[in-house]
Amino acid sequence: MSIDWGSLGLVVAVSLAAGVAVVVLVSFALVGLSAREHPRPGGPDDGAPSLGPRAGTAVAVVCLAAVVAIVAHGLVVIAS
Amino acid sequence: MAAGPAEGEKRVDLSLIVIVVVVTALVFDFTNGFHDTANAMATSIATRALSPRTAVLIAAVLNVVGAFLSVEVARTISSGLVDETRISPVVIFAGLIGAIIWNLVTWLLGLPSSSSHALFGGLIGATLVAAGLGAVDFGAVFSKVILPAVVSPVLAGITALIATYLAYRTTARADAGTVRRGFRVGQIGTASMVALAHGTSDAQKTMGVITLTLITAGVLAPDSGPPFWVILAAGLAIGLGTYFGGWRIIRTLGKRVSEIETPQGFAAEASTTAVILTSSHLGFALSTTQVATGSIVGAGAGRRLAAVRWSVAGQMAIAWVLTLPAAAVVGAVAAWVSSTGTVGTVLVAVVAIALAAGIYAASRLRPVTADNVNDVDDDAAVRHEPAVAAR
Repeated sequence: MSIDWGSLGLVVAVSLAAGVAVVVLVSFALVGLSAREHPRPGGPDDGAPSLGPRAGTAVAVVCLAAVVAIVAHGLVVIAS
Repeated sequence: MAAGPAEGEKRVDLSLIVIVVVVTALVFDFTNGFHDTANAMATSIATRALSPRTAVLIAAVLNVVGAFLSVEVARTISSGLVDETRISPVVIFAGLIGAIIWNLVTWLLGLPSSSSHALFGGLIGATLVAAGLGAVDFGAVFSKVILPAVVSPVLAGITALIATYLAYRTTARADAGTVRRGFRVGQIGTASMVALAHGTSDAQKTMGVITLTLITAGVLAPDSGPPFWVILAAGLAIGLGTYFGGWRIIRTLGKRVSEIETPQGFAAEASTTAVILTSSHLGFALSTTQVATGSIVGAGAGRRLAAVRWSVAGQMAIAWVLTLPAAAVVGAVAAWVSSTGTVGTVLVAVVAIALAAGIYAASRLRPVTADNVNDVDDDAAVRHEPAVAAR
């Protein structure tokens, strides 16, 4: 009986990385998009500089593009 | 389809049973579809990201598409688990009967058991009776079925747990409406991906069985991949089953395991997709049901440990352990009766159809449909749960 530990390890590593990465990237994108909902001209209450709507949108676009890239790459690998 | 070099008289005999087996395999594929609709769509339906009917339609279409993406798992099944030179189409027929019966019983109980393990169990039980211990490659069974079965739900659960935790942490101070809407839209994407992954993984199992049948009947050469018509038929059967919708299991997974919110649904589905797609690419025939369930439990625990109804999770775990042996027993009995000749085979078919009809009738006593799938208050099983754990 031969167990393909290499493949199994690969499945564990890739699944964990891809699953967590996609969810975290989407979360960041939503944080970015939140900045569009509440543009705060004076900054937040604690005085730290807040994310502006444009910067927020840019973050969201970058994060979502990364998600699309991960998913597309996954599909290409499966289908090939 | 090219016929093999089998001698004329033998082939006439074989063709009828081959057709019966192919049809039975497609019936199994159909039960696989409606048993597993929940894997892709339970959380989306529970969070109302998708309406129940839209959800099953999307799942059905993507299952068909997924069936065409890869044939790695089909190869695992058609070459390796059992010694194809020592079994006949009748054995495969008996194995399929075992798998179908177990699938219907667990569907009636609303338990998300593994269709794949039912299939493997049925085949293994039938092969044991018909050809003895030597015809089952227990090494392959362990490394390709049992090991992934243990690893994959845990892996999916941990992935979903970490992802859910990070999703809630990251978005804790973001605009609540944006977050809810965002994850809801995201869920449509991830749910679709799970359905696609399900097609690549589960439709292949039926393809593998039909291919195995054609090999044992001498129609295909050993180690052949599935022909195009087999891929098409398997994809359509599972798609049709998915569209039929296994509402009882959708309710269990979407509402009874844990009260799922959109970030959790998204995290669960993303984890499920990641695990299934990577594994099926590498030829591990894992159970999509167990992966999806692992993810949902993980996502529930990622928000709050107490949010998971562990008694429901426990019931499912017991069903998982029982699935392979139970289907094996039914498969073994069916193989034993079928081996007595044509009359035996017909008897098995008639009894199986009668059982299926009876189970359907029993399900109509307390039907679960697209209209009441999210409505758990009338479910007697839930009333036994402590009300505190539910909220």
